[in-house]
Amino acid sequence: MARSAPAPQAPQASGPAIVVERLTKRFGERTAFADVDFSVDYGEVFGFLGPNGAGKTTTVRTLGTLIEPTSGTAMVAGLPVTPDNGVRIRQRISVMPEAPGLYLRLSVAENLEFFAGLYELSEPRERIERALRAVNLLDRADDPCRSLSKGLRQRVGLARALLNDPQVLFLDEPTSGLDPVAAGVVHDLIDDLRRRGVTIFLTTHRLAEAERLCDRVGFMNTTLRMVGRPDELREQLFSKSLEIRVREPLAEPDRVLGHLQGADGWRLADDGKYVLSVTDMDTAAPEAARAVVAAGADLLSLSPSQHSLEDVYFQLIDSDVEAETR
Amino acid sequence: MNAMSAIMRPNAKMSVRDLSPTRIRAVMRKELRELRRNRFIASTMAVMPVLFMVAPIATIFGIPASAASDKINAGIGVSVLYLTLIPALVPAVVASYAVVGEREQGTLEPVLTTPVRREEVLIGKALAAFIPTLVVSYVMYGLFLALAGIFAHPNVASAVFQAPRIVAQLLFTPLLAGWSIWAGIAVSTRANDIRVAQQLGTLVSLPPLAITALMGFNVIRPTLHLALLLGAVLLVINVLAWRLVSTLFDRERLITGVRA
Repeated sequence: MARSAPAPQAPQASGPAIVVERLTKRFGERTAFADVDFSVDYGEVFGFLGPNGAGKTTTVRTLGTLIEPTSGTAMVAGLPVTPDNGVRIRQRISVMPEAPGLYLRLSVAENLEFFAGLYELSEPRERIERALRAVNLLDRADDPCRSLSKGLRQRVGLARALLNDPQVLFLDEPTSGLDPVAAGVVHDLIDDLRRRGVTIFLTTHRLAEAERLCDRVGFMNTTLRMVGRPDELREQLFSKSLEIRVREPLAEPDRVLGHLQGADGWRLADDGKYVLSVTDMDTAAPEAARAVVAAGADLLSLSPSQHSLEDVYFQLIDSDVEAETR
Repeated sequence: MNAMSAIMRPNAKMSVRDLSPTRIRAVMRKELRELRRNRFIASTMAVMPVLFMVAPIATIFGIPASAASDKINAGIGVSVLYLTLIPALVPAVVASYAVVGEREQGTLEPVLTTPVRREEVLIGKALAAFIPTLVVSYVMYGLFLALAGIFAHPNVASAVFQAPRIVAQLLFTPLLAGWSIWAGIAVSTRANDIRVAQQLGTLVSLPPLAITALMGFNVIRPTLHLALLLGAVLLVINVLAWRLVSTLFDRERLITGVRA
């Protein structure tokens, strides 16, 4: 194949890419998800997080028009999710399921050729070449999929999802089962798509992945528990705090840390750090540094507490568990 | 919507004009490529017709020149019955693999996330089973006629070359294959295991052979009118079967295993 076609670019569109209102899906008595509300803007990478069985994949399948919602409404790529719009929505989106689902007896190019036909793409060869270049697999086009590693198969799945230049790309656990190196390659590819402005709906339970790649995340556990930017969620769930490490424990910690401007309390953490609860970081940090030094202690470090998305996740999951056992 | 109207119009908003030849061709091409590279299916499709050719040839050559016309007709009837097993059984193997095979490979969900309609998937898959079956069946029948014409006793050969018999064979071959394909795909759509699907698919492909069996055993006298009439009946059954299979092909059930 010639090396001339440019990489896929995000198509231009206006308004939100996905709008979901009170969406619910039940299978008989079992509720997959209920009363879910959120929206995703064009060009945004939206992470959909939650434990196994939280309803993430069912949500993707519903928005991808594979299954019908029980109630509620949704709009995807500018079209209401209804049975009549199924074909038109599927023309505008791509879904990469958790398992890439390749025809192992066919070559990489033959797999993509089949899907190019299903999308009725004009100039399929150029599209295939472009998609393969985007995932750095142009030199493996003629290899049978059977011969590819799991990581490479996942990349072929990603190339397939890029074939139709989707307005919205749904990625369902794209790094599930991959080793860290292969997962890192997929992360780089998603990052690259993000830079090109592709709207991505990413379901994952790899929290570091979501933290690195997503503009906003939603936490799902049958219902949507929280939506926001990772830093917003941290702020909502955790009060701001400063961690202070000193060589020896303070003799009178309450006298040193108990009355600082910009702070409203302190506690001693299990690892020996002093954790200062702060209301104004810019005032409290220099105040705390001066107070510790003035108390004659050797100040080793003073830094704002870092809460990861994982902390947010466990906080939410723990509160769900508590609510269930109450 | 009652069951019958569902069969007649499985997707009320879809008309035949909505079907995309490009997508149907894409499905068919992919299926043919996969069939060629699936050793089990390719060898079954190659070996089965040869086996079903041996018995009719042996039967024809075994009919003595002095045999009464009833005996000659019976012998030819049995031979033709063997030959109709080719369009009945060969596509059943392929068709019963069509949907459950994709489910087991995990390839069905990615396909269903594309704009392809269920009717297009089904027609593409059916054509991929139909075309090779038709080619193999007609080649085998042509070979049978050629061998009978060259080597069989003239009395036997002239009975083999009777117009109603040839018309019935030519007409029934695609229609039996059609029935077998739709029945196989129907089974494949509902089954959860490839082997079960193939066994059931083979079983459900057999009932229409009753017609050729009745002709073979001289219960029904093959005439041109009768062949055309039975052909028309089989055609109607094929169309209804396609509609029925379309209603069975439910995206949600195929993906999740349950229907809401």
